[in-house]
Amino acid sequence: MITIEAEAEKQMNEDALKAFPDECCGFMFGNEDESGHRWVTASLAVQNSSADNKKVRFVISPKDYLKGEQFAMDNDLQLLGIYHSHPSHPAVPSEHDRVAAQPWFSYVIISVEKDGVKSTRSWVLNDTARFEEETFNQSINTTQ
Amino acid sequence: MATIIIPTPLRKFTNNTARLQIREGTVGESIKELTTNFPDLKKHLLDETGGIRSFVNVFVGDEDIRDLQQEHTEVRADTVVSIIPAIAGGVRDQAIVLNNIKF
Repeated sequence: MITIEAEAEKQMNEDALKAFPDECCGFMFGNEDESGHRWVTASLAVQNSSADNKKVRFVISPKDYLKGEQFAMDNDLQLLGIYHSHPSHPAVPSEHDRVAAQPWFSYVIISVEKDGVKSTRSWVLNDTARFEEETFNQSINTTQ
Repeated sequence: MATIIIPTPLRKFTNNTARLQIREGTVGESIKELTTNFPDLKKHLLDETGGIRSFVNVFVGDEDIRDLQQEHTEVRADTVVSIIPAIAGGVRDQAIVLNNIKF
């Protein structure tokens, strides 16, 4: 199960809308409790470095990846996973997503259209290198 | 001893250890030492020929070993080797990977 706090999710959604019709991408940070429940408390947008068509591809450069690991270390958080958008497509992983996916990470996919985010779903690779959907809780507001 | 940094998604295979000490030598020898000590890492780092997988980037300091001497790049006592997973994807080649997807 993964829960994304409101502010982090707001930033991710804004990133998806701003990048439309291109794909956006970024990191999610937080902690995993003893039950395996992941709590995302921060997100960090990074440049889509794909040299291919950014409308259907995203790449996070190795140097940006290192920045993500450093951010986690500096803020005593875990790098819990990656988010990216699927403009005008469902929030379902593609074969290209699967082939390049890392174990353990949560992969949050935001389905977005020009007028807004349509759905958000989270996926994790299982032991046979296939994606399984992760229960996704939206928008816990901790700013009250 | 040199240092090798394990990326978060692979730490489940190194007893949740982020930084490990390795012997001096070459990057290829460092990766071999790592996969010998933590065999479950092997399939994530090496291809069927024993080379470093194309989806894995290895940096020595701030430089990609592809821009240095590849797996022959020297690892000294003060070297920091970073294993960096390639992070990529996208909607192209959309293919359902589960049978019970709901749209």
